[in-house]
Amino acid sequence: MNQEGILRHAATRFLGLIPTLLVLITIAFFLIRVAPGGPFDSEKVLPPEIRTNLDAKYHLDEPLLQQYFRYLGQIISGDFGPSFQYRDWTVNELIGRGFPVSATIGGLAMLLAFVVGTLIGIAAALKQNTMMDYGVMGVAMLGISIPTFVVAPLLILGIAVYAGWLPAGGWDWSWQRMVLPVVTLALPVIAYIARLMRGSMIEVLHSNYIRTARAKGLPAHLVIRRHALKPALLPVISYMGPATAALITGSVVIERIYSIPGLGSYFVQGALNRDYTLVMGVVIFYGVVITVLNFIVDLLYAWLNPRIRYDEMQ
Amino acid sequence: MSDEATLSVDDPFAAAMAAEDVRGRSLWSDAWHRLRKNRAAVLSGIIMAVMVLLVIFGPMVLPWEADFTDWDNTASPPSLATGHWFGTDAVGRDILVRTLEGGRISLLVGLVATLVSLVIGVTYGAVAGYYGGMTDRVMMRVVDIIYALPFMFFVILLMVVFGRHIVLIFVAIGAVNWLDMARIVRGQTLSLKNMEFVEAARACGVDHHAIIRRHIIPNLLGVVIVYVTLTIPQVILVESFLSFLGLGVQEPMSSWGALVNDGAQDMETSPWTLIFPAAFLTVTLYCFNYIGDGMRDALDPKDRV
Repeated sequence: MNQEGILRHAATRFLGLIPTLLVLITIAFFLIRVAPGGPFDSEKVLPPEIRTNLDAKYHLDEPLLQQYFRYLGQIISGDFGPSFQYRDWTVNELIGRGFPVSATIGGLAMLLAFVVGTLIGIAAALKQNTMMDYGVMGVAMLGISIPTFVVAPLLILGIAVYAGWLPAGGWDWSWQRMVLPVVTLALPVIAYIARLMRGSMIEVLHSNYIRTARAKGLPAHLVIRRHALKPALLPVISYMGPATAALITGSVVIERIYSIPGLGSYFVQGALNRDYTLVMGVVIFYGVVITVLNFIVDLLYAWLNPRIRYDEMQ
Repeated sequence: MSDEATLSVDDPFAAAMAAEDVRGRSLWSDAWHRLRKNRAAVLSGIIMAVMVLLVIFGPMVLPWEADFTDWDNTASPPSLATGHWFGTDAVGRDILVRTLEGGRISLLVGLVATLVSLVIGVTYGAVAGYYGGMTDRVMMRVVDIIYALPFMFFVILLMVVFGRHIVLIFVAIGAVNWLDMARIVRGQTLSLKNMEFVEAARACGVDHHAIIRRHIIPNLLGVVIVYVTLTIPQVILVESFLSFLGLGVQEPMSSWGALVNDGAQDMETSPWTLIFPAAFLTVTLYCFNYIGDGMRDALDPKDRV
């Protein structure tokens, strides 16, 4: 892969992120503004003077288009505005509080899923069509089919309540409280990566150059490590983008069940309370995280795959 | 040379072709044959058929109403003596009936939202693939952009904005779930549109709409069916997810996700309120995934070794 090609590809892809984010912000903004009922409509009727003042403070009295450009300008300067629900907090502060927690759980889950899923997939591929292969793949299908919000309560019931090995929830940055959420979050991703890895490994093992490597007498573990592993990993790498999105989505449920003060729990609270700025801020923030990670995965894929020459792809 | 002349000769091949007992194996009979040999898929199909019947007729046959509260048996464990085979929840509602009625909603959402995504996705993909060129590029660019958005958050956003109505759940999930379908259909259409029979139709002066409707879409059926069976469990999962968070169906209506959420609240004292709905949901998702996998193996020409 030549350096210049990859740089040019990175630049075009990076510019491609801009319309995506713009569309994201625009849709989110107008959806929320056409919503019936404003953020101050809910509990008690406010006196009209206070209402006017509130609307003026949050610029709700301006024409829609003006509000839109104001919001766009704010976002570009990295300011998501005040939260409607948590009056003393800005959305930035809430994200700053919640995201480190969510990112820790998500990152650890991703690491666990990648390592375990890849190993399981390789093992199943090497023992293709044996009882072990069928067993492992059956369990993997189960991992894909059982929703995290079913696994989590069952794990709490079994490991925390009945056995008492680990705490049932809460958060204090200790590893004991991280184990259950991380494992729960990782399970479906492990299952998916294992299935992908098995499939691609089987395909690679049937290719000619592997037969050549075997024929010249290379021991099996070296064939796998030196020749088969890298190409077989490609589908897994390209799945990392969607996997991030899945982990972020999953974290919403996980944080609720294990009572973790992450960004996901703020988001659900905001959604239930129609906290417009918070909901929109989190959607845009996650949109940015996902697009940027997709971008990195894309570059990683290009770097690993000798067959892709981006400079010739125009 | 005319064709009749060739046919009138005693050609054993022509004779065999004319005879009734030699029938070509169509794509469908081939696929059906392969699917029947896939035991996991067949078993899953049978289980799902039973599940559908249970969910439809169960609540009619059982003596309890879903919202009936049996004050003598609140939070009672499963037993034959009380008549609550799956037990009752904290306010004495029968878990079996609630699970079956919740299943109606879950399966209905799975079906309807998949249909919505099917209609949007197939139309969009077929149009983009068939017209090609600039139309295709713009349409697919739009798909790329939407693809990068955090999908689940968008459904939640839609629910927050428009309120939690059951019809909206169908539309919201369907409306954000058509992207894969559009991509797959487009790819397939691109390869179909240059085939001879489409060219022949075009040469006969058939207009674009008719070609898409009569020639392209019917030939997409195989891929689409595979994809539909894989979309249904996804959609059911999304709905359960929303309901679990309290953003999906509202009381008194219920779905498996909402029931799992209720059950998770009291699981320490009455685990059966969690376990039964969770089991029904899991079995359904498991079976649909196996059926989808089986369909793909049966219908996907690439995997035909």
